[in-house]
Amino acid sequence: MNKENVIINIEHLSKSFGDKKVLDDINFYINRGEFITFLGPSGCGKTTMLRIIAGFLNADSGRVTMDGNDLNGVPPHKRPLNTVFQRYALFPHLDVYDNVAFGLKLKKMPDDEIATKVSKALKLVSMTDYEDRDVNSLSGGQQQRIAIARALVNQPKVLLLDEPLAALDLKMRKDMQIELKEMHEKLGITFIYVTHDQEEALTLSDTIVVMNEGKIQQIGTPTDIYNEPVNSFVADFIGESNILNGTMIEDRKVNFIGHDFDCVDEGFGENVPVDVVVRPEDIYILSNLDAAQFVGTVQTCIFKGVHYEMTVLTDEGFELMIQDYNSFEVGSKVGFLIKPNDIQVMKKERTCNTFEGEMTSEESVEILGVEFDCGVREGLEKGDKVKVEVDFNKIDLQDNLDEGETNGSISFILYKGNHYHITVRTEEGFKVYVDTNDIWDKNDIVGIKIAPADMRITKISE
Amino acid sequence: MNGKKLISKTYLALILFILYAPIVFIAVFSFTEAKSLGNWTGFTLNLYKSLFTGATPSSASLIAALKSTLIVAVIASAISTFLGTLAAIGIYNLHGRRKTAIKLLNNIPMLNPDIITGVSLFLLFVFLHVSKGYVTVILAHITFCTPYVVLNVLPKLAQMNPNIYEAALDLGATPGQALRKVMIPQLSPGMISGFILAFTMSLDDFAVTYFTAGSSGLETLSTYIYADARKGGLTPELKPLMTIIFLVILAVLLFVNIRTFKKTKDKTV
Repeated sequence: MNKENVIINIEHLSKSFGDKKVLDDINFYINRGEFITFLGPSGCGKTTMLRIIAGFLNADSGRVTMDGNDLNGVPPHKRPLNTVFQRYALFPHLDVYDNVAFGLKLKKMPDDEIATKVSKALKLVSMTDYEDRDVNSLSGGQQQRIAIARALVNQPKVLLLDEPLAALDLKMRKDMQIELKEMHEKLGITFIYVTHDQEEALTLSDTIVVMNEGKIQQIGTPTDIYNEPVNSFVADFIGESNILNGTMIEDRKVNFIGHDFDCVDEGFGENVPVDVVVRPEDIYILSNLDAAQFVGTVQTCIFKGVHYEMTVLTDEGFELMIQDYNSFEVGSKVGFLIKPNDIQVMKKERTCNTFEGEMTSEESVEILGVEFDCGVREGLEKGDKVKVEVDFNKIDLQDNLDEGETNGSISFILYKGNHYHITVRTEEGFKVYVDTNDIWDKNDIVGIKIAPADMRITKISE
Repeated sequence: MNGKKLISKTYLALILFILYAPIVFIAVFSFTEAKSLGNWTGFTLNLYKSLFTGATPSSASLIAALKSTLIVAVIASAISTFLGTLAAIGIYNLHGRRKTAIKLLNNIPMLNPDIITGVSLFLLFVFLHVSKGYVTVILAHITFCTPYVVLNVLPKLAQMNPNIYEAALDLGATPGQALRKVMIPQLSPGMISGFILAFTMSLDDFAVTYFTAGSSGLETLSTYIYADARKGGLTPELKPLMTIIFLVILAVLLFVNIRTFKKTKDKTV
């Protein structure tokens, strides 16, 4: 890391709202002149991060430094950065000129200088001749241009953009993306951009910070993030993907969907469970079955403009998504090929659920904040601290909440080709991972049940 | 169909007549000199003349009461507007249960019978040894006017883009500048209607004023008229005064309505 080039440095930043941890020990730095994007689903902490940098919120702990100066306690009006808000936040009682001139007038700049700067800023956003217009009479896109001009006219070192294009229609959004990119290149200042739109992030950014549940998942260039996602969340969130369970047999050899494949990854060890990502456009589909690595049947085929999107069922019973320029008839038998460098192998974050708990009697254990029946356990007594392991597929989710020992809501669903991998967050804030063939929706409330025999309980020696 | 229309029109006319007849009655009889109401002794402007010159002792004390009414109303509604606007901004930034609770607390003084507000303020001032007069009356009026201002400003805050204040800070405004240059212009319609409402509430309050003015000798219009009526016979100059107050209110209402009508028309063009 070249210190000279770093403009903003963020260390150990944490923030909670009530019980909810919105940012959890965030660390990263932003280079001068970089176009950096915080990307993640709603509630991942990306906007909170931007608001802390802008000074509208204080972090609970950690610090933000800009050019080496600690920004902690510096009020927003004294920070050398400006913000473009999601819903423009123009001042409705002022016309276009006075909106753009607002910051300059506060600085008590001479009027003629203000006039020159305002017209230059309006020119930059292609809004010359609009100076006398009432801001309420402008379209959404025009208002957003004025909001950008109002921020840029102050010549900030850093421009913060909070989902600035989210309220615009698709065509307008595409045009504005190109313009923003051009503005960034022309001005050479640092842009910090927040969005939940992965395509927008891939198009605009030099660097993407993928966030989920208050934690940074991955930092990298758009190509890195797309081609080499570090975990299944990133792979699923960015673009379309087939995410599958696999086993690393040895270096450069991985087994998934019932077949061995050559790959380019090394250093995972032998016979280690892994997650495998294959992008839909990286699976070659052919009618010649002899040349194929594996075969299957086309189930659906939809025309998407440039390509066809197909779901296929392999003979081993895995469902895959494939994109190809050619269409294949539904029901037809086809063969598939995957090239070694199109297989992305990821270390599994976990291979089973691990809960820490305490024996409450010889046949019950407290985990996830509630008491579970665990059958008689020899050698364990009340008060023993224990580790309880449960396989993903041994956790039973129930519609009827009364049947579960505890309740939770479904926070993340991942399709793994032949089953769903579901993350359930319990009321007490614990996470339970479940493999199931049942179809659930995000935010469904479910009862959680574990059969006593499926718990592997080991005593934790102190 | 036609018969139905006739009935509905007659009904409307009847309602309007009942509503406005007393005012029209007073206005008409303000142009004659008869002591007892209902006697027409010929058209004259003498009552208006004596109201403005304070020629008779009764008209002089009426003018004095009017003056103190206006002093109380202007000061109380101005302070209420200031306090109410700040309170509304505070309430707007609360969340969840606390917001609902404070809003409820704000509504109670408006629903509370005036007589209870009056008596309890009277007891409070006695307890605190505050001598009765302008101070107690104005404080009391602020107490019951402020909730109305809060109620008028809150919707304006809700309509406002929540990022506007932050946008001002972001562009280099201090919190004070952001309040003055961005928030107040946005909230001013609510503040003005709050002020007008507070002003009229203060203007015609009787119960609270009666208890908080005590025996200090401070008379507002309402307490003066009450005392006057008890002595037997209303001051004749009341009739022209009522007529003038009614016309002023009418003019203000027309002005405000025409302005908002014009504004909405401008926007649709």
